[in-house]
This record gives sequence, C-alpha cells and structure tokens, in this order.
Amino acid sequence: MSTGSVEVVYRGIFQKTLAKNICRGIVLAARKEGKIGIAFGRYGDSPERNGIPAKQFAVVSDNQEELEEHLAKYEPDNNDVTISLDDALCKGVESWAWYGLQPINKLLADGGTLLVTSTQSANKLIKTIHSKKAPYNLAIVKSPASFSGLWVYKDDHTDVRLLGALAKVAPQIVSLESIVAAIVEQWKDDLKVASAKKAYDVVESTPVGADQGNDEVPFSFDLPGWTKMEEGLVIRGMDAKPQDVPGRDGGYVPTRSETFKKFSTRTMRPVINFDTCTKCTLCWLNCPDTCFDITPDGFYDANMEACCGCGVCEAVCPVNECVTMVNEEAFEDHDSQWEMWTKDKKGYLAWLSEKITQRPARSHGFHHVGQYAEEIADDPA
Amino acid sequence: MTPPDLAVAEKIEGPSGETEELISGSEAIAHACRLADVDVITAYPIRPYDTVMQYVSQMISNGDFDCEFIVAESEHSQFEIVKHASVVGARVFCGSSGVGWFYAFEALAVTAGLRVPMVAMVGNRALDDPGAFGVEHNDALAVRDLGWMLNWVSTAQEALDTALIAYRVAEDKRVSLPCAISCDGAFLTHSQTLVKVPAQETVDSFLPPYDRAEKQLHPDNPITIAPQVNEDWLMEMRRQNDMAMRRARGVIIEAYEDFNAKFGRSGEPFIERYMMDDAEIALVGMGTLAMPVRVAVRKMREQGKKVGFVRVRWFRPFPTIELQDVLGGVHAVGVIDRDYSFGSAFHSGVLATEVRSALYPMESPPKVISFIAGLGGREVSADNVIEMADMAFDAAGGGDINDQDTHWIGVRE
Repeated sequence: MSTGSVEVVYRGIFQKTLAKNICRGIVLAARKEGKIGIAFGRYGDSPERNGIPAKQFAVVSDNQEELEEHLAKYEPDNNDVTISLDDALCKGVESWAWYGLQPINKLLADGGTLLVTSTQSANKLIKTIHSKKAPYNLAIVKSPASFSGLWVYKDDHTDVRLLGALAKVAPQIVSLESIVAAIVEQWKDDLKVASAKKAYDVVESTPVGADQGNDEVPFSFDLPGWTKMEEGLVIRGMDAKPQDVPGRDGGYVPTRSETFKKFSTRTMRPVINFDTCTKCTLCWLNCPDTCFDITPDGFYDANMEACCGCGVCEAVCPVNECVTMVNEEAFEDHDSQWEMWTKDKKGYLAWLSEKITQRPARSHGFHHVGQYAEEIADDPA
Repeated sequence: MTPPDLAVAEKIEGPSGETEELISGSEAIAHACRLADVDVITAYPIRPYDTVMQYVSQMISNGDFDCEFIVAESEHSQFEIVKHASVVGARVFCGSSGVGWFYAFEALAVTAGLRVPMVAMVGNRALDDPGAFGVEHNDALAVRDLGWMLNWVSTAQEALDTALIAYRVAEDKRVSLPCAISCDGAFLTHSQTLVKVPAQETVDSFLPPYDRAEKQLHPDNPITIAPQVNEDWLMEMRRQNDMAMRRARGVIIEAYEDFNAKFGRSGEPFIERYMMDDAEIALVGMGTLAMPVRVAVRKMREQGKKVGFVRVRWFRPFPTIELQDVLGGVHAVGVIDRDYSFGSAFHSGVLATEVRSALYPMESPPKVISFIAGLGGREVSADNVIEMADMAFDAAGGGDINDQDTHWIGVRE
C-alpha cells in the first residue's frame, strides 16, 4: 500500500490542538520515510463549538498522484485507522453540519483499526459501537478523554502516546522509528519519546467480528433537492397541533425537528429527581437548547434528542440533589426519565441513585478546578 | 522498517537556504508577507481568510516578522488604511473573504482606480446569506472589471510563490495595479501540506524594494492624489488603466521567467496545461478544482479517452492568447465554473462566458459546454468530472447535449 489515511475524531475546541498535533505528527513522521502528506480538518465542523464532535485527518503517500486523490475533499472515506479521542464518541459522531449519526467506524477500512482513548474495557466499548459488515480491530490506549494542549491544560503526552500506538497498529503508515524522530524534532523531549515507546509496547488490540456490536440503525435522513426546498431561505416554525399536547388548548405550540437531534453531541446528561423538583422552571427557562419538555403534570423532562449536555440546568437548579449531570458512558438509551418515573417511582429512584453514586468521571473540564489533575492521578495507566 | 537515517528532516537548510514546512495555504501567504518584508498589514476577521491574520500575528509575536499590524473595525477601513499606507511608500498586504470583501467594495474600486499596488488574499467563500463558509469564486470575481489583477492558485506552494510574484508585478511602474490572490476556502486555507519556504536572500534577489519615487506622498514631495474630476478627465484615466492592464501581461511573463531562474519552479505564467498535447476535448477550471480534475483525467486516459485539462491561473489579465492556442485544436471545451452569473448569456458562469468570448474570433472554434459545480464548498468528485467530460465528448461527437444551456453538476434535484 502506498497511501495511508488516519481519521481523528475529537471534541470540538477542547481537543482541537490535540487532534492537530496527532495529524501533523503523522505527516511529519511519514516524511522521515520520504513520504508526502496532508493534514486537514473537516471544514463542515468549523467554526468548532465546545464539545461538538469534529474531525481531522492525515493522509500520507509515497507519490503525488495518489495523494492528489485525497486533496480538495471533505474527508477520506476509507481510513486505515480511526482515532477516537473520547470514548463517548464510540456511540456515534454528529457533526455541526448536521447529517445524522455517523457510526464511529463508518469510514474505517475493512480490517482497519479503531484506536480509542478509554478507561473502559474492550468488551464494554464494543457493545456501544455500531456493528460493521466487515471485521476490524479495536485498540485501546488507557486514558480518560484528554484536554492536553487546551489553554491551561498541561501536556499529558496523549498526542505522542497515540502516535506510538499508531505505529504499532498500522506500521505500514509510519514506523515507530519515524515517530520517534519526528517527536525529537518537534518537541525535543525524551520523556515524550518514552511515552510513545511505552504506548507502542502496551497498546492492546482486540479483533471485532463482522456484525459484532450495537445493532441499532444509526439515525439518518435525506436532504431535499432544489425543486423541493422552500424558496427564499425560509424555514417554517414547527407547529404542533395544540390538541396533540396534553394540557394545552390553543396558541402556538413549538414541537421538535424530526431531523435535527442530538445524541453524541453531549458527553453528559442531566438525571432528574422528580420527587425533589419544586417546578421552579429555572432549568426549562435557562436551557440554551430548549431541551425540557413540559409534562402534563407540570414537571420538566429533559428530552435526550435535544440535550447537548452543557450542564446549565444543574447549575441553575436551586434544589439540592434534583438535577445531576452524569457521564454519557452510563447510558444506553435516550428514553424519557419522566415516563420511567411515572410508571414506577420506586424503581426510578433506585435507577437514579445508582446512576449518581456509580457515575463515571465527569467529562467536561469546567466542572471544578483541579478535576483534571485528579483524573490524571486516578488513571491506572 | 525504514531506518531513521534516511530521514528527510522537516526543516533542512538546502544549498539555497530553503526549508520545508508543513503549512496551510493561509500560512504560506503569511510566509510570503514575511519574506516580502511587508510594512503595513491590516486585518478584520472573516473565515476562511482570518487564518492568514492568525499566522501573521503569530509571526510578529514570535519576533520573526516586523510590520505594522492593524486590526481595523471593518473591512472597509481595513482596505482604506492600506491604500493610504501604500501611497506614502509602504508595501502593504490585506485580505478578506465573501461578504467581507464586498463590505470593502468602495475601497476596492478606488484602489484600482488610483493605481495602488496592493496585494490582497481572498479566501474564497460563498456570499451570505445563508452563512456558508465554503468556497465559491463570486467574491473575488466581483472586481473583475475594475482594474484588479486576479489569480487563482491550487496549492499552498503556489500561494506562496504567487504572492511574491504578485508584489513584483503589482509594484512594477509599468503596471502599478492591485492584485488579489484567490485561495479556495477550506481546501487550501485550512489544509496543511509540505511547502518549500525560500530563503530571504533568494526572495531579495527576486523582489526589489517598493519604490514610488515621484509618486510618493511626502512633505518633501508635495503632490495630491485623487482629486475630484469630471467628465473631461475620467475617460482618459480609464484608458490609462486599460493600458496598465495590457502591459501587465508582459510584466507577468518576465516575473515568471525570473522566478523560475531564481527558485527553480513557477510553471507557465497564465495557464497550466495538463495532458493537452493530443487532447480531443478539454476541461477548464480554476483553483483546487484541479485536484479531482487531474485524477479524473488520468482515469479516463487509462480508458483511452483523450481528455486534457487547462487550469486558468490568471483571470485578469485574461489569458486570451494562451487559451486560443491550447483550446484551438480541440473539438469541445467543458468549462467548470465554481461561480454563477445569473441571467448571463446561456446562464453560464463567469469563466465560461469569458472563454466563449475568447474563442469566438477563431476560424472554427470548439463547442463550449458550460458547467456549474462545487458551489458553497461542495466537493467536486472525480466522478462528477467524468460526468462533465462525457458530456463534452458527446457534444464533440455531435450528440444531443445542449451547448446553449448551462449544466448544474452535483445538485440535488
């Protein structure tokens, strides 16, 4: 093979520098072997929004003509390696230029490797990843979602650990020797070289069979053509019929878009204790995405097709232990919490306290000062 | 495994002091500004152009580049400031994208009228509304009638090289016209490739210092620039402008010859000919469209289809002579516009209209089939290109393809 391509999926802004370092590192290392290459981002993701899934790529080739097949394109469609910098993205990727939920392995070549930073086990991760028609490999670099390179966040070597692991899972793209040479040149740091070599030695790869994994059909829709779109750049308000909404008898009732939904856009979601809720409206009022549905009995139910996981509801809620943000890793569906509570209040409370007490580390950097340092200290790797 | 001692370092000092860097088209333009030792740069953010101002300000803060860097309060002021700086003797750089370029329109018009040799970068972007960031060429093309020299580049290397050539041509006393370098948004402005960055001495040997001589606005040289004129003056001014643009052609040829001698690369000045020697039909386009077109041409050549590609590098002055030469022998020409000109002859894009016009006086001109593709940053795939080439072959063979209509490629029905 004379052309190799790597896709890096990451959280917009938070991991942009990290993704850029990895993609540049691949091209600069491949240059050591006389190859040429390109490093670029998916322009549809820009300008990047906090936490919204985004992509960057590195394509290397030993000749200009083959490389040219990958220039002036949105994204390479058959990657040897897909790197996911946040394991929550294994549930699927939603770009800001919305076109549905794209399985994390959709653009991965048959027999390629999905390389993920995660503290979860391969077996647990595979259950969240959409199944693929062809077998591939899942490799894990043990790490929480890293913010390395973002503003004040310290360099935790995630970039070079992934470069080292890449050399192990795809030596045809770039060798460990070239990675080391590029690291020395870029950073002049022996410790970073050691981190890359260690990741090369310890990275574990698990074969994933055809059709193994999450069998959910990923959400998609068709875009309209020019003969069907409304002229003059007009978008109609989505008006629900008042009779369809319990407790409403007139007026404009907004409903939700059938196509614009959010699933993997968020890294956390609110869980709500309806027993302590005082119906103060603050979560509903402050939610930047209007994600709270008003229930017939006057509660506010966070709609998991609309929530972006920002945590504002938790911040503004005046009640102790009413709204709690929990890492997406803890969830497998997008069901209504209010419906669950209505059906079985005791069962819901048990579910809720399990989610809160057993919750994995939070994923947003802004939760509290020092959180990141604690996460790194706790990391077994 | 390849031993690391075979390595080609990221930055190696070659015999000419040239280094190799992994940079985007925007960063390549910023390097050209540094190497041209530009005195005054003004900026106002709009993507994708804004990446240039990021790289320029980074170079200044790193101490690699010394210039006046002014962030204006709008694009209009941005272009006005450099226009004035230029007449007092500063080498200037400016740039914008899409509607930002349009917001500066009054300043753009007078810059050409006053013969100010400004060099600008246009990061090509669709015009808002809707707020789309992808490439369309209508932004830069809007000044095509005003006396701006316009060119389109297809790689970051060409962006750097062309910016240096642009200063030499624009500031040449025989020309003294502004020049805008168009870089396709995303595909060029946001993609990093390996670029040869020349040494300062090489650039200095190619690019003389900016010298306005007797036209420099200075207390020691009391002159007035841009007084009010009436109908008894303006037409003569326009004619001078016309002559300057005509002279630019020869100056551009000279500059490319010298660039080639000093840097060992540059190519043909006005157009790039790709597999045109025995071509029966030709595709014509500008910018990064060249990538999928070249891929498609190679694929079709493997099937024995004699197709070639002509990339228009300079749009103003328009390469009429070159296009007559290269397209005169083909049976059909497919022009791919990444722009539109609603209501124009045959509803064609701007490039197709100009190509048709250039070929009209020929004894037996080829058929011209006009295509519109890749608007708003939409990717033009090699398959799209093959579809267009097949339509051009059809026209060449007397098929029923309508050469008096314009065909939209890759649009959802």
